[in-house]
Amino acid sequence: MHDTRAFQVFRAVVVTVLAVVTLLPLYVMATSSLKPLQDVRGAFSWWPTNLTLQPFVDMWTTVPLARYFLNSLVVSSAATVASLVIAIFASYAVSRYRFRGRTLFTTTVLSTQMFPGVLFLLPLFIIFVNLEQGTGVPLVGTRIGLIITYLTFSLPFSIWMLSGYLDNIPQELDEAARVDGCSPIGALLRVVLPAARPGVIAVAIYAFMTAWGEVLFASVMTTEENRTLAVGIRQYSTQTNVYWNEIMAASLVVSVPVVIGFLLLQRHFVAGLTAGAVK
Amino acid sequence: MATTTTPAPARPTTRSPERRRRRRAGWWLPFALVAPAVLLELLIHLVPMLTGIWVSFTQLTRFFIRNWTEAPFVGLRNYQVALDLDGAVGRGLLSSFLITCAYTVIVVGVSWALGMAAAVALQRRFRGRAFFRTLFLVPYALPVYAGIVTWNFMLQRDTGVINHLLVEDLGVLDERPFWLIGGRAFVSILVVAVWRLWPFAFLMLTAGLQSVPDDVYEAAAMDGAHAFRSWWSITLPMLRPVNTVLVLVMFLWVFNDFNTPYVLFGTSQPPAGDLISFHIYNASFLTWNFGAGAAMSVLLLLFLLLVTGVYLLLVNRRSRRA
Amino acid sequence: MNRRNLAALSLVPALLVATACSGGGGDGGGSGASGGGDVTLTYWASNQGTSLDNDREVLTPVLEEFTEETGIAVDLEVIGWSDLQTRIQTAVTSGQAPDVVNIGNTWAVSLQATGAFLPFDDAAMEAIGGADKFVETALQTGGAEGTDPTSVPLYGLAYGLYYNRAMFAEAGLEPPTTWEEMVAAAQALTDPDAGVHGMALAAGSYTENNHFAFINATQNGAELFDDDGNPTFTGDGVVDGIVRYLDLMQSDDVVNPGNAQYDNASLAVADFATGKAAMILNQNNANATIEANGMTPDQYGVVPLPAPADAPSDVASHVAGINMSVFANTEHPDEALQLVAHMTSEEVQTTLGKPFSSLPVLKDAEAVFTEDAEQAEIFTQIYNERSAPLPLVPAEDQFETTVGQAMNRMFATIATGGTVTAEDVREAMQAAQDQVQASVG
Repeated sequence: MHDTRAFQVFRAVVVTVLAVVTLLPLYVMATSSLKPLQDVRGAFSWWPTNLTLQPFVDMWTTVPLARYFLNSLVVSSAATVASLVIAIFASYAVSRYRFRGRTLFTTTVLSTQMFPGVLFLLPLFIIFVNLEQGTGVPLVGTRIGLIITYLTFSLPFSIWMLSGYLDNIPQELDEAARVDGCSPIGALLRVVLPAARPGVIAVAIYAFMTAWGEVLFASVMTTEENRTLAVGIRQYSTQTNVYWNEIMAASLVVSVPVVIGFLLLQRHFVAGLTAGAVK
Repeated sequence: MATTTTPAPARPTTRSPERRRRRRAGWWLPFALVAPAVLLELLIHLVPMLTGIWVSFTQLTRFFIRNWTEAPFVGLRNYQVALDLDGAVGRGLLSSFLITCAYTVIVVGVSWALGMAAAVALQRRFRGRAFFRTLFLVPYALPVYAGIVTWNFMLQRDTGVINHLLVEDLGVLDERPFWLIGGRAFVSILVVAVWRLWPFAFLMLTAGLQSVPDDVYEAAAMDGAHAFRSWWSITLPMLRPVNTVLVLVMFLWVFNDFNTPYVLFGTSQPPAGDLISFHIYNASFLTWNFGAGAAMSVLLLLFLLLVTGVYLLLVNRRSRRA
Repeated sequence: MNRRNLAALSLVPALLVATACSGGGGDGGGSGASGGGDVTLTYWASNQGTSLDNDREVLTPVLEEFTEETGIAVDLEVIGWSDLQTRIQTAVTSGQAPDVVNIGNTWAVSLQATGAFLPFDDAAMEAIGGADKFVETALQTGGAEGTDPTSVPLYGLAYGLYYNRAMFAEAGLEPPTTWEEMVAAAQALTDPDAGVHGMALAAGSYTENNHFAFINATQNGAELFDDDGNPTFTGDGVVDGIVRYLDLMQSDDVVNPGNAQYDNASLAVADFATGKAAMILNQNNANATIEANGMTPDQYGVVPLPAPADAPSDVASHVAGINMSVFANTEHPDEALQLVAHMTSEEVQTTLGKPFSSLPVLKDAEAVFTEDAEQAEIFTQIYNERSAPLPLVPAEDQFETTVGQAMNRMFATIATGGTVTAEDVREAMQAAQDQVQASVG
């Protein structure tokens, strides 16, 4: 089937416009990160006249970017793994069992997506403080507190997405495994999970990105010890200067790994997402 | 890919009574499986939210914040103040609410339209398709703050690329306008939000389109249907389930959006960019009036519950009729 | 009764734990400091230098010296201004607080109202070297009148009018001594085509704006709060003062409208240092930024911010700066006071004066933030004699946000081509006043 002329024009226009709009900020980010501070403060120029790599050197000392990076990495990864494990079990139960309170569970969990973060920000903080005093588990100003918080942010959507995905996997599969002598958990781990790989990857990506980009809770719940990039990057704007070139350089550096990871895995993301959505 | 239109959690239940009997021995298993999720949701979402609701009935200001359980109970007063349109607080909240409504409708609408246009444009093979498909996802993959802070830089009046483009390069305008203060700030925040969100619509719709078999189109083409007609009469109905979810998810994200105004405007938010989450955050933390802030949050939550409920009701009724 | 309500709502052990222990002590915050001594204090410092890292570098030797002298280890965290207020709020709320903290001195009374800080009673004052050692106006900022202060001055700052010597000489101008002379000089030096303006203002910064609302109103003899702590923002003197400041951009035309977007004082300073503006109003910590932008100290002069010729008061600044507080729930109050004593000692004040561009808060100490003796003297004089503290009422911080934000918006209106009349200002102040009144109760 051939594309009509009109469709070709439509396609050319849409693709060009969107490509330009998408690329512009990326271009600005990349070129500004190569300019000296004096130049980013002056009128904008499309091409850096004084090319320098200094911002990429200075950005590590103006703020302790490496530490923030490590914090973000640890927090996001741990939140992702934990969210994944919990979501897999919960969605397996939702998908394979009819138990009392199942509907209540799914609707409640999903509706937490609606809660405005500002409503429970301060109470959560207070609860953490008191739990810490009660149990001795350090939750405030530590990575653990952030991990627990972030994993629940992605949990509702993950459970919903994954249970949709598991619904698409024929029950005969786990039944066959049970006949072979597997326990229900064994069937989940050995048979169902491998078949649900795209869904699992989708959930992992979603959970990781949620944690990697969170700003509101990070602004209240982090101290110097556990500060993440989302808040740390603001510190390039200090009492004496706004280091725009370093902000751009740092943005670039913290984006590259996530963007590459996402683009490599996006196929699975789409598959997992739609299995939940289309169902 | 399944294309049934049953609402999400429904499962074929034909064999389930028999299964349940067989598994009675392990009745506790599903509960054990959901237990960690339940516990964490209780700890992080539900209990703090209930606490928040309780706080909304108290006068929790700087004088009581140290012993917040002792804050005086004031009943509905915080709500009265928040809803009193003659007072400065109530008017501020209303204007913020209206701005947020306009913001949500436009951002969701435009993002959906762009996502759809791109998904249709890239539906069929052509040179460079893979490249564009990848490129379009970048804004979504970028960490929120990195993308928005770049836009902040671009929208600066005297040093930003946008004014450079409009005034020096294209000559569309003579004067360099402000983008981060005054009325145009609304345009800026729309652009930034759409830039971040439309790739998500694109992603979901692309996936949805993959489930439309090619031969449907071929049949339509043989009937001589125009591209637009076939989109309208074939593609759109097929995408209904995706759209239902997509629009709801985008609505909730956008309405609760905190990051965009917070990172884009910092401490000097213009009235035109005063989105409701940000407004409430300021009402609580800048004025130390956490009771009032909590009351506003509860009102927001009620509104979202209402809209979501009505939406799901409408969608379900229509799909049942279909 | 409230406890019961809460329990009824909670239903969950987590919250019972929460209510049972709320308000409990604990000097947490810092974990795992490696100090060999028995006591480790947690200290939150504010960002004074060119970056957080720079602050750490400057403070570490000072604190090491303290540890050496006293055996008390200090766990330092430097916090940026964008986070400091929220962090203090959560610390107050939760009791999960450091032992010692820096605060913007204008928040002192607002924070005092929370009861979270240790009052410096006579004994405590004695422990840090006596109230007498501080500059009097500086100490006034420490708490509400008639109470024991809950903070003591640490770094002093004051506003001054910086002017470009070469530009003034070229135009045959003298440094202004009245507001009118300042405007006239600014007009003479404004040349938009050459990209030069008479003045640069951080007109998009609500923290800067509210300071000038205060200074101009005070010059007019107006008060922002009455004796009962109720806001009086709509008084003629306040409105006139704000109009006067707005007019620098609106009718005097000596400020680039682009400044309405300057949300950080350093942006105006950079304009000054690069010759885009002939004058700026800034606190004495501008030097580092000016020099970083390539202007040398001999190229600029400073005079006090002038008042109108017929103004009842010649106040030229608010008592700006940073205070130091001790959290009431600290487990080591004595050690915390020792740290305060150390930081406000003459020796440390002298050490820190240069890197942080601060004025000494001690009566007899000498300003060392600049090598220019004349400048040092002018700022010391402004700080000691011509500055007044911002309103010493609990709602002061709300004055800062509501009035400051309102001025942001009015500057935005002016910059985007609108006009702001005295009536508009009064209306905006009424709204701000209503908002503050709502929480004063």
